[in-house]
Amino acid sequence: MYAFEIERPETVEEAIKALSRDEAQPLGGGQTLIPTLKQRLAMPSVLVSLTGIAAMRGICTDDAGLLCIGGGTTHGEVAAGADKFAGLAMMAAKIGDPAVRNRGTMGGSLANNDPSACWPAAALGAGATIVTDKREIAADDFFQGMFDTARDEGEIITEAKFPVPEKSAYAKFEQPASRFALVAAFVAKYSGGVRVAITGASESGVFRWTEAEEALGRDFGPGALDGLHVEPDGMIGDLHGTPEYRAHLVGVMTRRAVEAAR
Amino acid sequence: MPHVSMTVNGQAAKGEIEGRTLLVEFLRETLGLTGTHVGCDTSQCGACVVHVDGKAVKSCTMFAAEAAGATVDTIEGQAAPDGTLNTIQQAFQDYHGLQCGFCTPGMVMSASALLKDNPKPTEAEVRSYLQGNICRCTGYHNIVKAILAASGQDVSGIAGGIAAE
Amino acid sequence: MPKDNASDHGGIGASPKRREDIRFLSGTGKYTDDINLRGQAYVHFLRSDIAHGKINSLDLSEAEQMPGVLRIFTGADFKDAGSIPCGWQVTDRFGNPMQEPRHPVLCETHVRHVGDPYAAIVAETREQARDAAEAIIADIEELPAVVDMAEALEDGATKVHEDLTSNLCFDWGFVEENKQAVDDAIKNAAHVTTVELINNRLVPNAMEPRVAIGDYNRGTGEHTLYTTSQNPHVIRLLMGAFVLNIPEHKLRVVAPDVGGGFGSKIYHYAEEAFCTYAAKALNRPVKWTCTRSEAFLSDAQARDHVTKIELALDKDNNFTAVRTDTLANMGAYLSTFAPSIPTWLHGTLMAGNYKTPLVYVNVRAVFTNTVAVDAYRGAGRPEATYQLERVIDQAARELGVDPIALRRQNFVTEFPYQTPVAVEYDSGDFNRLMDKLEAKADLGGFAARRKESEKNGKLRGVGINCFIEACGIAPSNLVGQLGARAGLYESATVRVNATGGITVMTGSHSHGQGHETVFPQVVADMIGIDASMIEIEHGDTANTPMGMGTYGSRSIAVGGSAMVRATEKIIAKAKKIAAHIMEASDGDIELKDGKFTVAGTDKSLAWGDVTLAAYVPHNYPLDEVEPGLEETAFYDPNNFTYPSGAYACEVEVDPETGKVTIERFTTADDFGNVVNPMIVDGQVHGGLTQGIGQALMENCSYDADGQLLSASYMDYCMPRADDVPFFVVDHSDGTPCTHNPLGVKGCGEAGAIGSTPTVVNAVIDALQSGGHDVPHIDMPVTPSRVWAAMQQG
Repeated sequence: MYAFEIERPETVEEAIKALSRDEAQPLGGGQTLIPTLKQRLAMPSVLVSLTGIAAMRGICTDDAGLLCIGGGTTHGEVAAGADKFAGLAMMAAKIGDPAVRNRGTMGGSLANNDPSACWPAAALGAGATIVTDKREIAADDFFQGMFDTARDEGEIITEAKFPVPEKSAYAKFEQPASRFALVAAFVAKYSGGVRVAITGASESGVFRWTEAEEALGRDFGPGALDGLHVEPDGMIGDLHGTPEYRAHLVGVMTRRAVEAAR
Repeated sequence: MPHVSMTVNGQAAKGEIEGRTLLVEFLRETLGLTGTHVGCDTSQCGACVVHVDGKAVKSCTMFAAEAAGATVDTIEGQAAPDGTLNTIQQAFQDYHGLQCGFCTPGMVMSASALLKDNPKPTEAEVRSYLQGNICRCTGYHNIVKAILAASGQDVSGIAGGIAAE
Repeated sequence: MPKDNASDHGGIGASPKRREDIRFLSGTGKYTDDINLRGQAYVHFLRSDIAHGKINSLDLSEAEQMPGVLRIFTGADFKDAGSIPCGWQVTDRFGNPMQEPRHPVLCETHVRHVGDPYAAIVAETREQARDAAEAIIADIEELPAVVDMAEALEDGATKVHEDLTSNLCFDWGFVEENKQAVDDAIKNAAHVTTVELINNRLVPNAMEPRVAIGDYNRGTGEHTLYTTSQNPHVIRLLMGAFVLNIPEHKLRVVAPDVGGGFGSKIYHYAEEAFCTYAAKALNRPVKWTCTRSEAFLSDAQARDHVTKIELALDKDNNFTAVRTDTLANMGAYLSTFAPSIPTWLHGTLMAGNYKTPLVYVNVRAVFTNTVAVDAYRGAGRPEATYQLERVIDQAARELGVDPIALRRQNFVTEFPYQTPVAVEYDSGDFNRLMDKLEAKADLGGFAARRKESEKNGKLRGVGINCFIEACGIAPSNLVGQLGARAGLYESATVRVNATGGITVMTGSHSHGQGHETVFPQVVADMIGIDASMIEIEHGDTANTPMGMGTYGSRSIAVGGSAMVRATEKIIAKAKKIAAHIMEASDGDIELKDGKFTVAGTDKSLAWGDVTLAAYVPHNYPLDEVEPGLEETAFYDPNNFTYPSGAYACEVEVDPETGKVTIERFTTADDFGNVVNPMIVDGQVHGGLTQGIGQALMENCSYDADGQLLSASYMDYCMPRADDVPFFVVDHSDGTPCTHNPLGVKGCGEAGAIGSTPTVVNAVIDALQSGGHDVPHIDMPVTPSRVWAAMQQG
């Protein structure tokens, strides 16, 4: 690692101030950033740790009934605490391994937008609102392609607000080595319609499978997906799966999520 | 250089660190607690698992500065002061749950975190919980068996069952 | 807890708790990286990021001025040093020696694989060394890389080594005299089954990364190297005599607790020579700790064969001939044992468990711009077993016969058995192993289990495999004729202390096998004292006799035998002493349960009385024997040992995703006599999981430019706890080895050798049961590959 300082602010305001320093970078749980730093692929002068900000941690329900999760909340806390949103808890419980889930945070994962990460699928699949220190951004606008989001430099994800669906589930087919998603589907059924978000598959990162959403909106059951498929064009091809295979898994995992929805 | 202090295995510990000093480096190099190991650099192998404030974490993927003020428990603090192994450690010895010993500290610390949350796990729950701990020697058979035994469950029906005398 | 035919004092057949566990479980083990010497500096190796290039210039000027930098070394610093040696010379089909390139400590003119080190920066801290590495301005002209073996052999292919005539290391034929007869047998066969397959390249991945610390004492002129090694004496000899020109008496090599090896820590690596050399040059200890990322680019890799195998059968389904054609990847340099793996450790096993009269094995070893390939658990024997057992399974399918019946029909049944591929099996009982397997694996219940799986939408398959391996490596005179540049004996010094406790010093070295527990069982059994009275010293050339180390399932078969021989000498001498004290003749002295008695009398002496007399020789036969009680033996086996086994695996395939899960895995092994059944169980479990890893998950893959695609655990898939089931293993009632004193055969590699074809045979069986005419899928049989195969077949 290159040398850097670490700051541990206790409030969002202090964090913003710290992040205004030259080459400052926020540090969530560090489960992706620290391995990146070890490879010397990032060169911050200061890392601003967000995990000490009490206001950014925890899960609650707001007046509008939205499930609000602090940006610094760990995957493990969500797995154990999001009991009113089955798909979300299911998703969080499948990230990494127990020790990673004890450190990794929602905010860090959303901000990184790894094309194989689980959180982007949940946020997009639930139509969440990403709250930063400056503004609120709809998930549909937030994810802008592999490792790219609407977040500005120095902007902190303080919270995300999730509409709680009637039924939901997350079905993940793991890339066997990294245990990230080779393909995973997040399905959420709301009174106003169904949302389906797919991660791991596309070269453009997480995406909504709108044909499936429409079909499931008409009839929420696995049979609704019969005959639907995504094209291999634009799917990721690597050691672990061809684009054709990933396109195929999109259908399989979506159906399994529908079957598991509760 | 900034200072950090924390409680390690019940003792006050402090030292000088850099921002980039990992918790595992602080434990191994500053405190000389070399029982915690480093087996990879991508947060997968789990040889470095310790407990921070009671939760299992990978000490190679956490900065020492982030553990300031925390309570840290490592493999060195697991046995009783007179050296008597704790239940999990003893089960690992009884059921031959280790060979080269390199992944063992992380395995024991992960197992202890599991049993704290889930005192009577099923075989599948044990295997799933160990996703972040890689062992190259044992094929996991005797590790899983040892953890089930440490949880007080009867393992005599498990295949291939030769245990130490 | 169960006691398995144990003797009363924790001797042979018992399963005492491992004593080394106490330190490993309490965090007080001492691995090489746990050692820090006063004043040590750190080295960072600057490694090539391209697969092939010519070094035009290295500008060190800025880097040398960086904070903390002590010195930067390049290939020029090692121009007088020897090449990292290869320990085995293979002679080709035409009687010529293999092509053997120079392997410098640091690259001199070219970089030849991603990870090849061309500069080494020694600094006060690791990070300073790494900072300075980034300031080196390297002008390295990229050259075309050769990665694919077939392309490497084409006319006009870029050469990995300019000074060699081609990328062909050797073209080996075995048994060359049989070639024509084999060709004829295949031509005239009633049936020939052909399988073309790839034995995938692996990365051994011991969990402890390699570490080397060099130290030099100007006062004594003595060098010390602390290193993660399976065989410190071998490192001392290779590095001292061939690379750095340091005589053994001025060079001490210490391998403390070693965190797994599986072969990858046999070899002498450049980093060891570097740290030893630099410590003297700088007059400071120099430490290198490999990161996992670096290990993927510098640890010797494994397997990587591309093979065509043909099995000829007569009209009655008797095997009449086997012919194989293999390309074996050597990587960019010849690692220590590399040439022996695809040849003598591979071709000699191609008869398998069968009385096939004619075998011809052709192996062309190829240089490529990839990391060197060498032995990994099984080493050559997994490659042999995999192809043979795949082709037999395919033959059974083609002929519509039961795969077990076809194997049984062709089993060798009489021993000793001289194979057509040089080796002579001393003992075994393959039918009995298969009987045990069929019962233990409940093969009779398979059909019902398959139905149950089908009900759940899964395809279920069962795979069977038989194997035999040559272990207990090895008779020195034989391997010498085959090209080994070393002997393969093992040593033991048994030092009986005055009060009767024993220290045994051995050249073999545990890296997880539990030697500190198992070896005392052997000695305890012979003397009849408690195993707790015996301690093992290993891993330090300063206090152990020259020995060849731990690999090739040799420690108990060869090292244990050396211990038996040394203990026999001890007992013979102790009897003389006892005879003198009890005024009897030597021949009348009996030793039982640690007590010397005069036959037919009630006279006796305790073990401790005699050992004390040896060191306080007041009443002592000084005219007959010297004082003291310490004996050394070197044991050189007169044959390999031949462990064999029969394995069964049941898998489920999810037809929607192609994911394979191992549902059951059952083994019946013949390891001969077993000293510690608990430890043997553990060895089998571990070997099986490595084999399952190779079969389903692990894949060391390079792109066409020689960039490693699976360069970390993010892409190289290590088996995890939830990838495997509990195993059912059996190694009872083995047929003892006939030529070593313990009757043992060795157990370390069996699981890895026997498992890959078992798994793949099971997957193919599952797919066939689902109506997919898929004859073969190359390893690793990943979900993606299974799904793709199902779309086609």
